[in-house]
Amino acid sequence: METVTATEGADPVLLRFEEVSKVYPLPAGDVIALDRVSLTVERGEFIAIMGPSGSGKTTLLNLIGCLDVPSSGRLVINSRDVAELSDDELTFLRRDTIGFIFQHFNLIPLLSVLENVEYPLILKCRDRAGCGQTPQMALRAAGLDDERLYTHKPNELSGGQQQRVAIARALVNDPSLLLCDEPTGNLDQKTGKAIMDLLTEMNRNGKTIIMVTHDLGVAGYATRQIQIVDGRIMEDTG
Amino acid sequence: MSLIFFDFARRNLQRNLFRSLLAVVGIVIGVLAISTLGILGNSLTLSVTESLSTVGDSLTVIPHSGAGSQFGGATAQEKISERQVQDLRRVAGTNPVIPLYSTADRIEVGTQKGVISIYAMDPDDMPQLVTVEKGIYVRGNGGILAGTRAAEEFKLKVGSQVRFANGDTQRVVGILEERGIGFDIQPDFALIVPSRWYEDRNEVKGYDQVIIKVHNVDEVDALEKAIDERFNRRETVLDTFSSKEILSSIQDVFGQISTFTTAIGGISLVVAGISILNVMMMSVTERTKEIGILRSVGTLRNEVRKIFIYEALMLGLIGSVLGGLLSFGGGYLISLLILQTTEYLFDPTSLSSIALGMGFGIGTALLSGLYPAWKASNLNPIEALRFE
Ligand SMILES: Nc1ncnc2c1ncn2[C@@H]1O[C@H](COP(=O)(O)OP(=O)(O)OP(=O)(O)O)[C@@H](O)[C@H]1O
Ligand SMILES: [Mg+2]
Repeated sequence: METVTATEGADPVLLRFEEVSKVYPLPAGDVIALDRVSLTVERGEFIAIMGPSGSGKTTLLNLIGCLDVPSSGRLVINSRDVAELSDDELTFLRRDTIGFIFQHFNLIPLLSVLENVEYPLILKCRDRAGCGQTPQMALRAAGLDDERLYTHKPNELSGGQQQRVAIARALVNDPSLLLCDEPTGNLDQKTGKAIMDLLTEMNRNGKTIIMVTHDLGVAGYATRQIQIVDGRIMEDTG
Repeated sequence: MSLIFFDFARRNLQRNLFRSLLAVVGIVIGVLAISTLGILGNSLTLSVTESLSTVGDSLTVIPHSGAGSQFGGATAQEKISERQVQDLRRVAGTNPVIPLYSTADRIEVGTQKGVISIYAMDPDDMPQLVTVEKGIYVRGNGGILAGTRAAEEFKLKVGSQVRFANGDTQRVVGILEERGIGFDIQPDFALIVPSRWYEDRNEVKGYDQVIIKVHNVDEVDALEKAIDERFNRRETVLDTFSSKEILSSIQDVFGQISTFTTAIGGISLVVAGISILNVMMMSVTERTKEIGILRSVGTLRNEVRKIFIYEALMLGLIGSVLGGLLSFGGGYLISLLILQTTEYLFDPTSLSSIALGMGFGIGTALLSGLYPAWKASNLNPIEALRFE
């Protein structure tokens, strides 16, 4: 499984879409969520993906995050064609090299704040001590300093706090790629700015960040903006 | 590593405590049914085996006369003649041969009237078949013996006078020790009278039954065969039953009863299994989004499967352990009610029915968890995440 990440650093190209389409077959007719998209992302980029609702942004992010595979075309991540990877290999890729920050936080309600952040660490390292990183470190890095909150369940936290927990969880395994689906969508401006500053810092520290947003101001933090309409890339500043 | 998945399972069961408890109750009932009924079946077999082995092994010979008179009832037309008894003695060698009359009569004891079964035999043979507890054995033609139950029913004591239907009277000289169900005669419910006295007052054409006490159990088969050869060459004249044969056929019957009762327990386990399946399927549906999250942060299919299997196993384990513990109580009660004794409760065979019940309980739970676990692990992460 480690072979998937072994080539990291050697090749500046992190991932490449070649004529990738994603079709959802529905009874009422197929939905073409992505239509022959071609795109190259290099390591260390900070990309904002924008576009109207239903244009295919989340679908694109899910493909990059190995949560889904293309209907047609080639998607190469870390020099490996995802079509050739098994479900387990895709899972290992997600677990070890990709951090997800979802629009709706998607924390696990059964687990406390600390356990939510610790969970991917346990999956990856088995032995909690062996990872170097601790959930506390990740939570502090995500700006959640108040340790009294760590034993709370996610639903006892504010939206901004939950988003920070979600960010800490995405960071804890020190992924090389951060995927964010509207990371500030549910937050007030002040908290949103704090989160964006945090992401900017992560990017400076070498992480590749791909972020979906509706907000032009938020998109301004990124170094490259991509516009999607009806499953096609309309504009790409990169 | 797996501890975290175990923890997930435990927390989810706690989250839906009431629902989990219902599923556990189902398993408890199933295990309880299998174990308790198993213990009952075992205890029955054991108690019969034991009461039989105290009687020792004997061969019962009766005239062949079709069904109705298997144990030499008064209705039997065919009898065993004195000549045949002599032949039987020759075949039996040193084993004692005891010919007897088996009948029933109306008797009066004081003002109490009733019908009772009567065995008439040579007073010298009586000690071979029965044991006197109070009083003495019959000597010569005077006196009779009374079985415990018969004595209870007619309030007989040593010295009581019994008046028979034809007006004759006899004194009870001895009350017998309780012998339990036997496969030769049933002295507990009967009077034992001297054969000479009986012959003098009745028109007898022959004996109803001959009992051969066999010293060495291993000789029973050979003896049965020898009798068969001697008497039943051309046509069947005498039927023989050994207590061993009867025991094994009784064990067969009890074995079938046990199988039947275990099957009833099994049905309740199937119901429990369905309830677990139902609980787990609900759980999978409710947690679809959660499963999506788990998968998205890097949980393998196999690991998702584990969470659900552990959940089912926990339900099965808790239910089975509770059911197993309660089975001791259940087995105790049912043995006490039906057998009036609990001495077989801790017999290895009884304990093995508890183990069997528990094993089935855990197995059922595991089986019911397999499909939900498979279903959960095969959810598409994207679809699961979109689920609200
Ligand atoms: N699992 C699915 N099954 C069927 N159709 C889907 C599925 N996922 C997405 N779609 C469809 O694909 C199209 C693109 O969806 P997508 O979620 O990528 O849009 P989006 O750009 O993220 O929109 P929003 O800004 O509202 O989040 C939409 O028409 C959507 O209905
Ligand atoms: Mg979206």
